[in-house]
Amino acid sequence: MNKRLPFGLAMVLLFVPCLLLVAFTHYPALRALLNSFWNNASSRRPSKFVGVENYQTLLEDDRLAQIMLNSTLYALGTIPLAIGLAIGMALLVNARLPGTSLMRLSFFMPTMLPMIAVANIWLFFYAPGIGLASQILGVFGLPPINFLGSTETSLVSMMFVAVWKEAGLFMIFYLAALQAVPENLKDAARLEGASATRIFFNIVLPLLRPTTIFVAVNALINAFRLVDHVIVMTRGGPNNSSALLLYYIYEVTFSQRDFAYGATLTVLMVCLLGVLAAVQFWVLNRKAHYQ
Amino acid sequence: MKKGMNKILWSTLGLLLAAVWGLPFLYSVWTAFHDEIYSANFVLNAPLTLENFFEAWRAAPFALYFLNTLILITIVLIANLVLCTLVAYAFVRYRFRWSGILFALIMVQLLVSPEILIVENYLTLSRIGMIDTILGISLPYLTSAFGIFLLRQTFMTVPVSLDEAAQIEGAGAWRVLWNIYVPLAKPIYLAYALVSISFHWNNFLWPLIVTNSPEVRPVTVGLSVFATVESGVEWSLVNAATLMTTAPLIIAFIIFQRQFVANFMRAGIK
Repeated sequence: MNKRLPFGLAMVLLFVPCLLLVAFTHYPALRALLNSFWNNASSRRPSKFVGVENYQTLLEDDRLAQIMLNSTLYALGTIPLAIGLAIGMALLVNARLPGTSLMRLSFFMPTMLPMIAVANIWLFFYAPGIGLASQILGVFGLPPINFLGSTETSLVSMMFVAVWKEAGLFMIFYLAALQAVPENLKDAARLEGASATRIFFNIVLPLLRPTTIFVAVNALINAFRLVDHVIVMTRGGPNNSSALLLYYIYEVTFSQRDFAYGATLTVLMVCLLGVLAAVQFWVLNRKAHYQ
Repeated sequence: MKKGMNKILWSTLGLLLAAVWGLPFLYSVWTAFHDEIYSANFVLNAPLTLENFFEAWRAAPFALYFLNTLILITIVLIANLVLCTLVAYAFVRYRFRWSGILFALIMVQLLVSPEILIVENYLTLSRIGMIDTILGISLPYLTSAFGIFLLRQTFMTVPVSLDEAAQIEGAGAWRVLWNIYVPLAKPIYLAYALVSISFHWNNFLWPLIVTNSPEVRPVTVGLSVFATVESGVEWSLVNAATLMTTAPLIIAFIIFQRQFVANFMRAGIK
């Protein structure tokens, strides 16, 4: 075992996969960094070096400030809610109650659907007048709300969509972790007269911590990476109230054709993700104790 | 007695949550199977109809979209399985200079995924003339850090003695890989395949950017083009099309529910 890797074999095993990976991960990341110091080429003049001009634009961009606020609220709102719901769902599904398979099907179904289908389903659900949401409001005699069409509710409405889509996936990971909790620990606690609540908070929850780290990191990356529903449901509107960072990159680059600013925003995104992942990992990892 | 009551209480709560959770989806199903006039109008004995599905199928080239998605996930899956296997094998069975750094560099893709690098990857693709091709959609996904990680973890659990025994029998690097490592990792290959297929079936943003013409559009992009409500398409048709494009995954999930859940778990923990 662990023989030296002969050069020829190394080429066969590693060259093609690594080339592809570098070409579509490392190269574009570095390229974005380089391009962020240049302006856009036009038909009359080639692009020229502009130093930090794009970054000055970035700092003065009011739309970006709004979008960063949206993204922060979106992450802070969706991640804890999705994790909390996922733990609750996992406990319910794990409890061997009547109707378990129906619960599991209902909780996990949204995870199977493409985000674009989820977006269509919720677009209809929220539709003013015809949608189920406004009909339910109507039954209680409440005035209809234009969920996606008003600046106060659009972001929150998108957050519900994300939680609905993701909680079921996280539930699966918690389900796996719950099944790995040793029965004898719980039995011992029960013998000592601990209540079910105490067993959950003092034994089960600490053992779920590694899962929570894994899920939280994934949820954070997804909160920045998944914008399909924004494109389909609101296009960031009204008035940028539901725009997220990746959606902004998409719009700046492919609608406004401003590739230089798109590259600058990409650099921002990569840095942000790197910092967030590092912070989250170290903070949670220090508290985690593995068996 | 108290325990039994508790159980009923929790069960009711769970089913209630499941019902609320299912509402948006069920509402969409209701609309897809009924005539447009019943869209917001619940009459229990409203006649069921498949007409919405037929009409949606006729209104856009969904068969073509399905074919494109099928080609796309086949390319990505085969490339992933082969390439990730090779890399994982190199990392587990051999030592070489800078292997630690190389592995860290590969893992970067877990964080900086292709979705984030759409701007520069689009430019790369247009430079090599691969815009608006199915192969172009698949290119950034052919090597997967997640797959490499998963397979490396699995290959590390293969007993050293098996590998040595095979070498004594005179098996070379390729036979050891094919006859020992790959068979022992079968459940992981299945788990990875399920995750990969559902990811690429569902992927939207990148294919949306890369494709311009119906001939190469996968179903997700096709659905979004069809279902723009401003263009005057009826809700019942939109819902029918939405269900139609996701039906294969939903049906597969209902059939393989247990395996799916078990495999997602396995993919997650390791």
